[in-house]
Amino acid sequence: MKKFLQIFYVALMLLFIYAPIFTLVLYSFVDTPVVNIKDALEIGFSFNLYQKLFNDAALMKIVWDTLLLALIVAILATLLGTLGAIGIYYSKGKLGKSVSVASRIPVINAEIVTAVALVLLFAFIFTESRSYFAMIVGHTVITTPFVVLSVMPKLKQMDSNLYEAALDLGATPFKALFKVVIPEILPGILSGFMMAITLSLDDYIISAYTKPAGFDTISTYVYGAMAKSNANSSLPALRALSAIIFVVIILVVVIKNLVARKKEVN
Amino acid sequence: MQNANSKRVSCEPLGIGGQKAKFSPFSRKQLCIPYGVFLACFVVIPLLLIVFYSFTDKNGNISLDNFIRFFSSATTLSTVIISILIALATTIICILLAYPVAYVLANSKLNKGGTLLMLFIMPMWINFVLRAMAMKDLLTLTGIFGVNNYLNVIIGMVYDYLPFMILPIYTVLIKMDKSLIEASQDLGASPLKTFTKVTLPLSLSGIASGVTMVFMPTMTCYVISDTFGNGLITIIGKLIDEQFTTFQNWNLGSAMAMVLLVIMLVSMWVTGGFKNQDEKEGSL
Repeated sequence: MKKFLQIFYVALMLLFIYAPIFTLVLYSFVDTPVVNIKDALEIGFSFNLYQKLFNDAALMKIVWDTLLLALIVAILATLLGTLGAIGIYYSKGKLGKSVSVASRIPVINAEIVTAVALVLLFAFIFTESRSYFAMIVGHTVITTPFVVLSVMPKLKQMDSNLYEAALDLGATPFKALFKVVIPEILPGILSGFMMAITLSLDDYIISAYTKPAGFDTISTYVYGAMAKSNANSSLPALRALSAIIFVVIILVVVIKNLVARKKEVN
Repeated sequence: MQNANSKRVSCEPLGIGGQKAKFSPFSRKQLCIPYGVFLACFVVIPLLLIVFYSFTDKNGNISLDNFIRFFSSATTLSTVIISILIALATTIICILLAYPVAYVLANSKLNKGGTLLMLFIMPMWINFVLRAMAMKDLLTLTGIFGVNNYLNVIIGMVYDYLPFMILPIYTVLIKMDKSLIEASQDLGASPLKTFTKVTLPLSLSGIASGVTMVFMPTMTCYVISDTFGNGLITIIGKLIDEQFTTFQNWNLGSAMAMVLLVIMLVSMWVTGGFKNQDEKEGSL
């Protein structure tokens, strides 16, 4: 009985989480402005929306722009965050502590506050608060703390004698860092990098406030389309886009998990 | 920018670094200087600008007008109360839904190999605006959409933030020393008592970090309230947004942001977010 209840509850929650996703994937094959059963039965299934999506040059540009931005941001955040985490971990004094506290601010702060604060700053320096630079900075601000958070546990797990041993054996501090410390914490760095990519792709508010005129990320574009609402011509094509994104992410996560499990078995 | 840079570097004199610096001029702790400078320029200074703007009027004169306007307006105050209520409802529902999930995942064989956990937190990797769109489509399909705007907004928010509650609670439960539960049972406590006296208190830190990841965003992220509330529900994040985009009153907007900052600091203090750093890091 207890087991049955557990399975029932877990299944119910999975239904709650995945029903919207399945609906959207299903209706990405139905060329209708508003999702409804009648149209699905009358119009039937087709790849029309996918065709519309791939023929929509503006929409495709937005997809690539969003990915490129996430990549740039993730590289910057991983560099800053990894070095920052190493510095924080080995600094027992004020420097490390203050960097560590400042690094928590963007995590706990409301994103809108971070966004308007950056608007004030960029308006103050450049008079124009919106630019590609501002957007990269904004995304780096909100993603780097998570790189720090995923590198830090690996530093704590590391045998601290390794670095000292490398120094004793004559390695320069730089060499010891790159040959000993970095390889040890590499899993943390990689998961920080992935996290930065995801968070950048996920962001709406920072992009909305800092994006230059005429530039859109997937988030800002979809939000704009949803806000304009009823039967916007591009919205149905967005279902095809979302369906592709859902499937890609599900595949990536499943494959990553399978690979991780295979490693465990070996 | 240059200024902040030199300030950061100059507070790093040979003081504490001196011991390590015996080996060479390079010390590992100096590696956090670039990030420190970055944070000083793009996190600390911007927040100081918010403080400055909130306590000045449009001409740059010091004034408390913004706060007086904020706290004396019935509309803004009711918005604040509504946001807090929506955020509270969302957070509580998330805890109630997420706790049993996390508990089953942490304690049952169902989650062998972590597959179930993966299924539950997978939505975290999917863009939240797209997930909102998916939920909106499902609500439209089932005819629930538009019946009650508050209900729709809360459903949308719970849908988007649930994984962020499941993960930290799960992380704490899986790390918990299971022998404590056995000890409690051996000493004759009923399952309910074991749960309320042992498991639940030990998992509070997970709930707390879940709350910090759900409560603040639900009060401020106006994407959901805009798209699920038929444009009829305003939350505090939207108020700030309007001041910065529609009304161009940055001073009043900054004052509202200040209020949020204070709420954030208080809630951090209440949930102990500044302490328990190790646990928080583990859960993220």
